[in-house]
Amino acid sequence: MPELCYFSLAMTTSPDPTPPEHNDFIHSEDFLHALMARQLKLSIACAAAFILVLVGLPLLNYFAPEMMAQRVAGFPLTWLILGVLFFPFVWVIARIFITRSMALEEAEVKLAEQGNAQRKA
Amino acid sequence: MNVDPWILAFSAITVVITIWMGFRSAKSSKSASDFFVAGRSVSVGWNASAISGEYLSAASFMGVAGMVMLSGYDALWYPVCYACGYLFLLLFIAGPLRRFGAYTIPDFAEGRYDSPVFRKIAVCFVLFIGFFYTMPQMKGAGTTLAYIFPGLPYWVGVAVVGAVITLNVALGGMKGITLVQAVQYWIKMFAISVPVFVLLSVYGGYGKNLGQNKSSSDPAPIVQSAEAGTPRVALPEKAPKDEAWIAPFGPLTTKAAKTAGLSAEETKPLSLLYTFSLIVALVCGTAGLPHILVRFYTNPDGVAAKKTTMWVMILIGVFYVFPPVFGVLGRNFLPELYAATGSKGPDKVVLELPTLIAQKYGVLGSILSGITCAGAFAAFMSTFSGLLVSMTGALAHDVYGRMLRPNSTPEQRMKMFKWCAVIVGSVSVVLGAMVEPLEINFMVGQAFAIAAASYFPLLFMSVWWRGMTMKGAATGMLTGGLCALVSAALVNASNLALDKGPMGKVFASFSGLNDFWKAHPLLRILCEQPAIWSVPLAIGLMIVVSKATKSTIPADIRMKMLVLHAPEALGLKQEYIQEHQGVGH
Repeated sequence: MPELCYFSLAMTTSPDPTPPEHNDFIHSEDFLHALMARQLKLSIACAAAFILVLVGLPLLNYFAPEMMAQRVAGFPLTWLILGVLFFPFVWVIARIFITRSMALEEAEVKLAEQGNAQRKA
Repeated sequence: MNVDPWILAFSAITVVITIWMGFRSAKSSKSASDFFVAGRSVSVGWNASAISGEYLSAASFMGVAGMVMLSGYDALWYPVCYACGYLFLLLFIAGPLRRFGAYTIPDFAEGRYDSPVFRKIAVCFVLFIGFFYTMPQMKGAGTTLAYIFPGLPYWVGVAVVGAVITLNVALGGMKGITLVQAVQYWIKMFAISVPVFVLLSVYGGYGKNLGQNKSSSDPAPIVQSAEAGTPRVALPEKAPKDEAWIAPFGPLTTKAAKTAGLSAEETKPLSLLYTFSLIVALVCGTAGLPHILVRFYTNPDGVAAKKTTMWVMILIGVFYVFPPVFGVLGRNFLPELYAATGSKGPDKVVLELPTLIAQKYGVLGSILSGITCAGAFAAFMSTFSGLLVSMTGALAHDVYGRMLRPNSTPEQRMKMFKWCAVIVGSVSVVLGAMVEPLEINFMVGQAFAIAAASYFPLLFMSVWWRGMTMKGAATGMLTGGLCALVSAALVNASNLALDKGPMGKVFASFSGLNDFWKAHPLLRILCEQPAIWSVPLAIGLMIVVSKATKSTIPADIRMKMLVLHAPEALGLKQEYIQEHQGVGH
């Protein structure tokens, strides 16, 4: 099957005689480590905000049922939070994550280029 | 048979448009990669609509409303987590997977561990999750057709819809599906929102209707709704009381404990456990659904994949505000549905509720009901198509193309794709015909739980932990996934054994389970919502087994991790492919 995935693509085309250069900055352990750590930190920070509400709401329902049952324009408070307000909250987290992660990628590309230039010099 | 011409017309138009688009694009999708992943040339807007269109299934369109009507507040976790689970996908999985550039989860499993064997193991779950997910879609189909044609047996509806979509997929493929899915999102959005706005303007707002659910007597007396002057109808015996329905930890999460006769004090912690397990299943499960992940590869690059996810979250988030409104209005105005079961029960509240308007505005009621029926068709047709493509792809591309006949020609594989579609479609119809007594939304929740315990740990750990080995990944995924699968199947079998119809007889041998559940409510909850133990079990096994088989960590793991995490602008993927050629892969 043509181009079904790049692994099969790799199998069908002729092998490249020159293996790529590997001792530059991009391929170093330092770069990978820093890269993953930064990305994971951002993801975990965003996830924490989300999980806090996701775990907190059932706990509030459990330990403070009267407060959560207060009526707000007919809605019980907890229904209003879960059925309506939760969605925009998640959009905000997603928006922040996307903006930051794009900035992060840009910074990484710059860092990689600088690092490579330094090693060559 | 008393068929409403408006309802029939709207439904027929939706079906005809879907099929026509499928056939039309069948002409333009010629090559095999076109067929599978639409040539990777779909714009963010189209792709986001298509993902949303595929995601919003019969469970979202009909099931959520039915479940909110039946169980109240607790059921709200379903729409919320369906929508918000996407955040997990975005945060941890979408970007890296897209950069790695494999087409399907089995592709990823093979590429990440250089193991064709693992691919074969991973493929199984495309089918397991897929079949669990098609059952509720089929129930949606049977319910809708039984509503449009009163008197039509449930299984006939299942068979007709199954046959039509199978034919469409066999002839159209994914290219057609992308376009069809995108259009169907907008049909569904229109169909769920317009009737809600009309109903709310006639019967008072969302909050006002919820405000009526505060009586403490049981069953609720007829309550005069202040503004509209429409009496709230008395609830049948089977309906939950107002205070149980509107407050957290209601009938859905307390059922097992109530059956066992536990006191309120003993019941509450179990309800909390149920709620948390449900949340884990839905949030993690979203990130592991095979038919959703495949669409990330139709984005041109990683930035587009992230933008797509953002749009998907907005599109489905807005959608999910509406179905619970149907549930709330249904409780106040159509309580007779509580007394019915199967395809005549609360799962059809979305279809039937708009006909109430007919008392005041005549034909408008039929038109609105026709619109929601059209939306229901769009819902189960699009999700079933998507699942069929994924499952058929797994069978044709992996089982046939790689295991049975590795040397087959592209023509043979294309032919096999069509045959596999027919096989998968037929099995889905048979399974779908059996599950009439089960709730649509509940069944979809089970599919999520299986995905959460199998694919989610695989993807999450493979992307973020370089110490993973193939054996660790396989052990964790298989154990977690199969445990969740068996638990879900046991619960379904015991529920079907309670049915008073024909399925009760078929599953009568499982009725002993119900006595067991009665004696062990905690075990029942852990089987009904297995995610809370099966997800940690899968991840734990992955870590332990990987540590034990440390020597088999792929040799070029640093390069693989770079491809997964480094920005695409650095061009590491091309390099990685070259390298694999270099070592004779």
